[in-house]
Amino acid sequence: MSGVSQRRSMALDALAKLGSVALFLLRVLGQCIPVLARPRLVIAQIYNAGARSLVIIMLCGLFVGMVLGLQGYQLLERFGSESALGVVAALGLIKELGPVLTALLFAGRAGTSLCSEIGLMGATDQLAAMEMMAVDPVRHVVAPRFLGGFIAMPLLAAIFNCVGIYGAQLVGVTMMGIQPGTFWSQVQGAVGLRDVNEGFIKSLVFGAACSLLAVYEGYHAEPTAAGVGLATTRTVVTSAVLVLLLDYVLTAAFL
Amino acid sequence: MSADDAVVDVRDVHYAIGRHTVFTGLNVRMRRGAITAVMGPSGTGKTTLLRLIMGQSVAQSGVVQVFGADVARLARPELYRLRRRVGLLFQNGALLTDLSVFENVAFPLREHADLPEPVLRELVLMKLQAVGLRGAAGLMPAELSGGMARRVALARAIVMDPEVLIYDEPFVGLDPISMGVIVRLIQSLNRLLGITSIVVSHDVREISAMAHYSYLLSEGKVVAEGSPAELNREQQDVVRQFMSGTPDGPVPFHYPAPDYFEQLLQPTDA
Repeated sequence: MSGVSQRRSMALDALAKLGSVALFLLRVLGQCIPVLARPRLVIAQIYNAGARSLVIIMLCGLFVGMVLGLQGYQLLERFGSESALGVVAALGLIKELGPVLTALLFAGRAGTSLCSEIGLMGATDQLAAMEMMAVDPVRHVVAPRFLGGFIAMPLLAAIFNCVGIYGAQLVGVTMMGIQPGTFWSQVQGAVGLRDVNEGFIKSLVFGAACSLLAVYEGYHAEPTAAGVGLATTRTVVTSAVLVLLLDYVLTAAFL
Repeated sequence: MSADDAVVDVRDVHYAIGRHTVFTGLNVRMRRGAITAVMGPSGTGKTTLLRLIMGQSVAQSGVVQVFGADVARLARPELYRLRRRVGLLFQNGALLTDLSVFENVAFPLREHADLPEPVLRELVLMKLQAVGLRGAAGLMPAELSGGMARRVALARAIVMDPEVLIYDEPFVGLDPISMGVIVRLIQSLNRLLGITSIVVSHDVREISAMAHYSYLLSEGKVVAEGSPAELNREQQDVVRQFMSGTPDGPVPFHYPAPDYFEQLLQPTDA
């Protein structure tokens, strides 16, 4: 196959995949409303995707905040404005690092688990069995997991931000000697509702993207051990790239 | 057999997966209230036939009718309505691994019927009692043996009281005791509840003991049909080979391959 036609077929494949994901999203969204009538299914998935990711999110948030505190202090000290550490940490976390890093961790922790769980259900005929019992697997398995991830992600990002700011405070105030009053008043003065909204919307979009990719890849995984493994890898890689790409688009939109 | 009597009516079906042709003009009918067996060597498309009947796959040409409705033309809600009347027992059981045995059997009821919990419990325990696994209600699927999982799946398949029950290779990998239990269950479900049964299998002896009518598939079509006694009297080579289980005959034991001697002499195998 010549280079041009190869690129053409790759582009067509990519477009076809995009279309297939979009159609799948419509099918999932169509099932989300009936699923909301059975909140137990969704709550179980919020627990799975959210509560079970808490430890890793909090640990990472703490360390990211502490690193931000150290680096920020070093940098600001050069200009004699180390008292602005609170602003740097809070805005950096709320607008950017919180949603993005939470989404990346979410894709690694919850996305892989969603994808491999659904993939294995397919490989062991469980999804087919539901179909045969006249139960739509998209409604019973996919939609609750998608909603669970979508709801859990902003909550996780919020917790990441809080723990991160606390980490920065730990370094700035406890280790570097910034006055706690200065630190917190800077945070309070600099962070506006617009910044919080920006982070919130980003985390909603990332949550939808990561959850959709995970359930899509799981549902369409080849029903073999290798197929499920491959789908899980694809989930993480595609989620990571998509989150960073969407982050650029959203940041540009909010400017 | 009159047309009205047929619950499942497969007419002149042609079906291919990619380049591989599975059926070339398949005609099969399953009568109401009877146990119909579909037999044939491995790879003749027995499971594919079930997929066509359940509307999971669509034939390239021909008609598959279930309860008089053309399965290929049904929209998803109609197809789901039809599937509520048909139970399917998967080869591996296909139990939902995150639910207990009790919840697996209760699953179709919770999804389709709004029953008070005590009624639901009674129904589930009754079906589990029928398959001899009431005591295993609290176990998880991972704690069951293959035969037990198949029996739980059978309890789940009958919990909605279907009019038709389809068994996909129900005897594979079972010990003689479990096999005998499943044979008796299929017979008693058919006799006592009047459930139309379709059994896909290649266990000739078990099938002969219980089927009212059998189809033998080979190379994409029906090569013989009739009662087990009629099939046993059949003179065609392919039928005699299958019924007596001999390796030599029109059905080759070996998958097509190049000459064995020549392949051994080749330095590398492509």
